[in-house]
Amino acid sequence: MKFSDLHLRVPLNDWEKTRRMIAKSFELGYSRVGVPLPPSTKQEIIDRLRRVCEEFGVDLVTRLELLPRSSSELLGSLRRFRRQFEVVSVLCVSKPLARQAAKDRRVDLLSFPAVEPRKRFFDWAEAELASRSKAAFEIDLAQVLSVEGFSRIIFLSRLRKEVVTAKSYGVPVVLSSGAADPLLLRKPQDYASLALLFGIEAPYALEALSTIPAGVVERNRLKQDADYVAPGIRIVRRKGSLENR
Amino acid sequence: MKVECEEGGVDQRAVSDAVWNSVLRLFGEVGCSQAGLYLVHFDEEEKYGVLRCSHKALPMVKAAIASVTKIGNKPAAIHVLRVSGSIKTLRRKVDVQTLRAS
Repeated sequence: MKFSDLHLRVPLNDWEKTRRMIAKSFELGYSRVGVPLPPSTKQEIIDRLRRVCEEFGVDLVTRLELLPRSSSELLGSLRRFRRQFEVVSVLCVSKPLARQAAKDRRVDLLSFPAVEPRKRFFDWAEAELASRSKAAFEIDLAQVLSVEGFSRIIFLSRLRKEVVTAKSYGVPVVLSSGAADPLLLRKPQDYASLALLFGIEAPYALEALSTIPAGVVERNRLKQDADYVAPGIRIVRRKGSLENR
Repeated sequence: MKVECEEGGVDQRAVSDAVWNSVLRLFGEVGCSQAGLYLVHFDEEEKYGVLRCSHKALPMVKAAIASVTKIGNKPAAIHVLRVSGSIKTLRRKVDVQTLRAS
């Protein structure tokens, strides 16, 4: 089973720490990592990051993380940047934003960075929209590790409800580390154990760390391929290649 | 299990306390009583250890171990390397793994 961590928050201004985190990810068993990059990231930085990942035999997935202030800003950003990144996630910090992101087919991952239940906006409405647009619901496990006491109790309770909602509407769940520090990284099997705390059984948790994120990445890479035309349609042979035969 | 701690060493007592406290916080006193935890062995230099627990409480203990973020006051992480039904088999498997790695 090949494991993916689609949210490894490496510090791009500290290459030593970036190398350590990617090395740690490889050591823990991840073969693919998604690194969130700002829209204005230069190609040389992406190339450098790719070289670091190749050094450890890790597949790099470029991830765009959007934090728009409004739905219209979200639509504008998607129109401008969608094709430049392999995975697009939206940090849903308001209800209208969550709705718009869930509805849009260009969004791959719905993330809810807040720990307080009042600031998390994933319910049946977003789940229904996400199930049609094929967006996945992402859970950052660093959030579970970072809270303690009463906050954790409330957060786990909320997560449990969200997972039930996602499953009942057929929205895939993606588990990511969300780690900005090597000490918050865990093996995939340890994350699967942690997911038990909010109602995800081990087999599904392992899928949420492997096949589900891999499916998101493969689907988008296929779309970025030059031979891709539309869902179910791709160019098999071009005119020039026929004449050369 | 392997303990990872960037700020210096950790001792057996601190590791044991960290795991016990994690189980206690997550699953309460009843959970702790069901877990039957005992840190059988801990190498303070290599930071490897063997933790014994009830097989029925294994998922609970694994979740608690994964949620440890501090040992004492030092930021730390604990990774489960192998699970086995007997300590003898575990030692043998770990020795084989160490030999292969070296």
